[in-house]
Amino acid sequence: MKKWIAAVLSAVLLAGCSPAFAAESGQAAPKDGVTLNVYNWGEYIASGSDGTMDVNAEFTKQTGIRVNYTTFEDNESMYSKLAGGGASYDVIFPSDYMVSKLIKEKLVQKLDFRNIPNYRYIDPEYRNLVYDPKNEYSVPYTWGVVGIFYNKKYVKEKVDSWKILWDRRYAGKILMFDNPRDAFGIAQEILGYSFNSTNPEEWNAAAELLEKQKPLVQAYVMDQIFNKMSSGEAWLAPYYAGDAATLVADNPNIGFAIPTKEKTNFFVDAICIPSSAKHKKEAEAYIDFLCRPEVAAANMEAVGYSTPESAARKLLPEEMREDPIIYPPKSVLKNSETFRDLPEGTGLLLDTLWAQVKMGSSGDTGTLLAVLGAFLAVYIGIVVYKKIKRKKELQ
Amino acid sequence: MRAKSASYPYLVWMVLFIVVPMALVVAFALTDRSGAFTLKNLAGVGLYSNVFLRSIWLGAIATAVSLLVGYPLAYIIAKSAGHRQGVLVMLVMLPMWMNFLLRTYAWMTLLEDSGLINRALAALGLPPAHMINTQGAVVLGMVYNYIPYMILPLYSVLTKIDPSVIEAAQDLGADAKRVFLRITLPLSMPGVISGITMVFVPAVSTFIISKMLGGGSNLLIGDLIDMQFLGSAYNPNLGSAISLVLMVLILICMGIMNQFDENGATEGGVLV
Repeated sequence: MKKWIAAVLSAVLLAGCSPAFAAESGQAAPKDGVTLNVYNWGEYIASGSDGTMDVNAEFTKQTGIRVNYTTFEDNESMYSKLAGGGASYDVIFPSDYMVSKLIKEKLVQKLDFRNIPNYRYIDPEYRNLVYDPKNEYSVPYTWGVVGIFYNKKYVKEKVDSWKILWDRRYAGKILMFDNPRDAFGIAQEILGYSFNSTNPEEWNAAAELLEKQKPLVQAYVMDQIFNKMSSGEAWLAPYYAGDAATLVADNPNIGFAIPTKEKTNFFVDAICIPSSAKHKKEAEAYIDFLCRPEVAAANMEAVGYSTPESAARKLLPEEMREDPIIYPPKSVLKNSETFRDLPEGTGLLLDTLWAQVKMGSSGDTGTLLAVLGAFLAVYIGIVVYKKIKRKKELQ
Repeated sequence: MRAKSASYPYLVWMVLFIVVPMALVVAFALTDRSGAFTLKNLAGVGLYSNVFLRSIWLGAIATAVSLLVGYPLAYIIAKSAGHRQGVLVMLVMLPMWMNFLLRTYAWMTLLEDSGLINRALAALGLPPAHMINTQGAVVLGMVYNYIPYMILPLYSVLTKIDPSVIEAAQDLGADAKRVFLRITLPLSMPGVISGITMVFVPAVSTFIISKMLGGGSNLLIGDLIDMQFLGSAYNPNLGSAISLVLMVLILICMGIMNQFDENGATEGGVLV
């Protein structure tokens, strides 16, 4: 209810504001004393906790703009907050496919790159990516690829193909992504299809492959892979490279490999400004601040993901700068693809197929109606029985 | 009159946070993304009938186990000395002081193939048992988490049974079994009914237990709804339609339970 009121109110406000927004031209300086609402992933910025720079505090110190920093767990929960209109944010950090979805639904606005001069530090290969082809709405923040974690004690062979996740010898010791896009991505890599395919046959074939894998899969999980891999409960698990550093560093038994026989998923987490942002100038100043090489380096050092700025990479400690997991060779990136938002029909198909993979088989309306009917029949039966009984008692 | 005005805040609360959200669920279930009326969402729910069957089945097993385990325990607590009852009830509630997620997470480390139970079995030279990521583990999680909701209403009903009624039955020559079946059980029926409702309803709609202990492949209705609202699909219309069907189902179940409740009360009345 609150959300709903907020949605109506913000719609009214937006409608009233948009001409004013259009009239305002790009050059006014950011005002200090403003509070910026920043909405980022959990643990995705240097917070000063282990001797690093406290990025938000530093920004406030230099500009006088306060930062109200909140976090989300995944793209979808961020999206539902934004689409529901429940809250107003000035800076958000969506991933690639979510950027294109937000652009399509006009939930993010074009950036004024005159206010983001430090954009010049972003390397050319991270500009104009498929999710934002003209690079008008987003600035890349981090990037990474998907690879396979494996337990060196039990997996002795070379891990160079996604097919190892279908290997019967490791049955019951394989973990799989518990989100449809990443899970189907792996099947599509093996089949050689595009992640952004709109051909239903290709999606059906990928679903079939995943169904074949299901008996071998121990569990479909996300963050739990850290626990299950380090305890030896599972031996093989696909996951994002950015998280590899901590897991591999803490466990000498665990290795990480990016399959080279097939392509991999190259993902980018970007920075955007929602259409409903109240402080665009200040938000752009914040993005510009994050693009400063020394700030970007501090963030990457804390977060463990890869930076799209060579200037920032140079400032990192050597073991991070030269880590082949964080900065894989160029050949890996060449043989990779990025997620884009799927058209609505394909999205619905993907969701249905994913539910089917996890359910085992799909049901039908008849069964459901029969179940509901049976319960209703029991209820009516009892009521009728009691009535008859009462009548008899009265007689 | 005074009592009536005192209930206004509660009424406002009910309308704001129960009636309006329910109306929104219905509205969402009957519209598509653009807001136009459609029955497609409801028709689409049929695809997931297996998930409904599995949820009802696992929920029913969990409820039955909770009743079988919870009733004797509630009986023992109710029959123990007065000063001990408080301690025992507190022990039942003690796990609830801990976060629900944490309790379920703890079961994960117990049940895993390389978990504590299997390590103990191996140390004793026994063969390992595969427990995690099965339907049994999901039922165990449900029973563990919801059994206090079975024990507490049973306990409160059992303590309220007038001992003189039982003494009268004993005086008239009823043996222990007969006293239990003809006096205690019928008189505790309201507790049984509310216990069953309070375990079955959350068990049917749970999602985190099946996610953590079922390995993500024992999909329940709750998981399905979670996928529609926070999953990549973001299809709140289908999610609402599934919720609506679930609500209808639970409503029918509660209707059935209420029928039993009246039955128990009248029969109890006749006995007294």
